[in-house]
Amino acid sequence: MGIDNLQGDGFLTTTLDQAIAWARKNSLWPMPMGISCCAIEMMATASPRFDISRFGSEVMRFTPRQCDVMIVAGTVTYKMSTVVRKIYDQMPEPKWVISMGACASSGGMFRSYSVVQGIDQFIPVDVFVAGCPPRPEALLHALIELQKKVQREQTGDKTARNEKIFIPESVS
Amino acid sequence: MTQAVLDRLTELCPAAIAGTSEFRGELTIIIHAPALLTACRALQSDPALAMDMVIDITAVDRYRAEQRFDVVYHLYSLKHKRYVRLRVPVDADPPAVDSVTGLWPAANWHERETFDMFGITFTGHPDLRRMYMPEEFEHHPLRKDFPTMGIPDSLPLPRR
Ligand code: SF4
Repeated sequence: MGIDNLQGDGFLTTTLDQAIAWARKNSLWPMPMGISCCAIEMMATASPRFDISRFGSEVMRFTPRQCDVMIVAGTVTYKMSTVVRKIYDQMPEPKWVISMGACASSGGMFRSYSVVQGIDQFIPVDVFVAGCPPRPEALLHALIELQKKVQREQTGDKTARNEKIFIPESVS
Repeated sequence: MTQAVLDRLTELCPAAIAGTSEFRGELTIIIHAPALLTACRALQSDPALAMDMVIDITAVDRYRAEQRFDVVYHLYSLKHKRYVRLRVPVDADPPAVDSVTGLWPAANWHERETFDMFGITFTGHPDLRRMYMPEEFEHHPLRKDFPTMGIPDSLPLPRR
C-alpha cells in the first residue's frame, strides 16, 4: 500500500496560490548578512549538523539578486546601516528579513552612540530571534515560522505581510 | 633599564621634559607639546635610545580647564627591547599637536583615530581624515562631554 498507490497514473488538485506558496516557502534562499559573532551560529546552521537544507534554504547566495530572505546576523552600526539597506533594496520582491540575535533586534549589549538600536528602524523585519547568539535551532525555528507566514501571505491572508514573529530564547 | 632612557633623553633635550612618572616599572615621560618633535627625533635617531616602533598613539580627555587633553605615545625599541610612554598635555582650544608621521609612518592611522575620537589636530599629518565615524559626522565621541547614546539625528539612518 502507500507508495504503490502513487506509482500508477493519477492527479492532484490544488489552487495555483497554494502551489506557488508551497514552492516559495520551501526554497527561501538566504542572503547571509553576517556582520559579527551571530554569523558563526548562522554558519553552524548551514553545516551538516543542523543542516538548513532540510528546509530548502541551503543556497546561501552572496548576491542579493538571487535571495528571498535576508538574515541580519550581527551588530549593525550606523555606518553599516546604509549598506544593509542598499543590499535589502537590491533583493527582488517578494522578500523577507530575519533579525538574528539581540544586536540586530535591539542593539543588544551595545547601548552606545555607534550602534543602531534595532534594525527595524530602517528595514521592515519579519522575524526577531532572541539570544546572544541564538542557537542554530532558534534560527531554524525562525525559518519554520517564516515559512508558515509565507504560506499564509501567499494564500490571501492580508494581515500576514505586516505580522511580526518573535522567537524567544527558550526555544533552543 | 628605563632609567637609562630617561637619562639619555635628559642629556639630549632637557627642555622638552616636563616631568616623569613610573608605574610598575613602566616609564612615562611628560613632554611639552611644542618640543614634541625634537624629543621624538632624539628618541628615534639616537643609537642609545633607538625607539623605532610606534605601538600606539591615543589621547585621554581629562575634562579640566587647562590642558584638557593628554596625547599618549607608546614607543618601543626593537634594538634594546624596551618601551617608553610619552604623555603630551595639550590645551582644548584648539587641541593641536605636531604629527610624528614624518618620523614613524605607522603613526598615520593612530593619529587619524585620535583625531576622529577626540578632535585633536595633528599638524603636518598628510591625510587627516576620520577613521571610524562617517566623514560628515560633526562630533568626537570619546570626549567626556559627548553623551554615550550619541546626539540624536547626528548620524542619519536610511529612510525606511
Ligand atoms: S547578539 Fe551577541 S552573538 Fe549576536 S552579534 Fe550581538 S553580541 Fe554577537
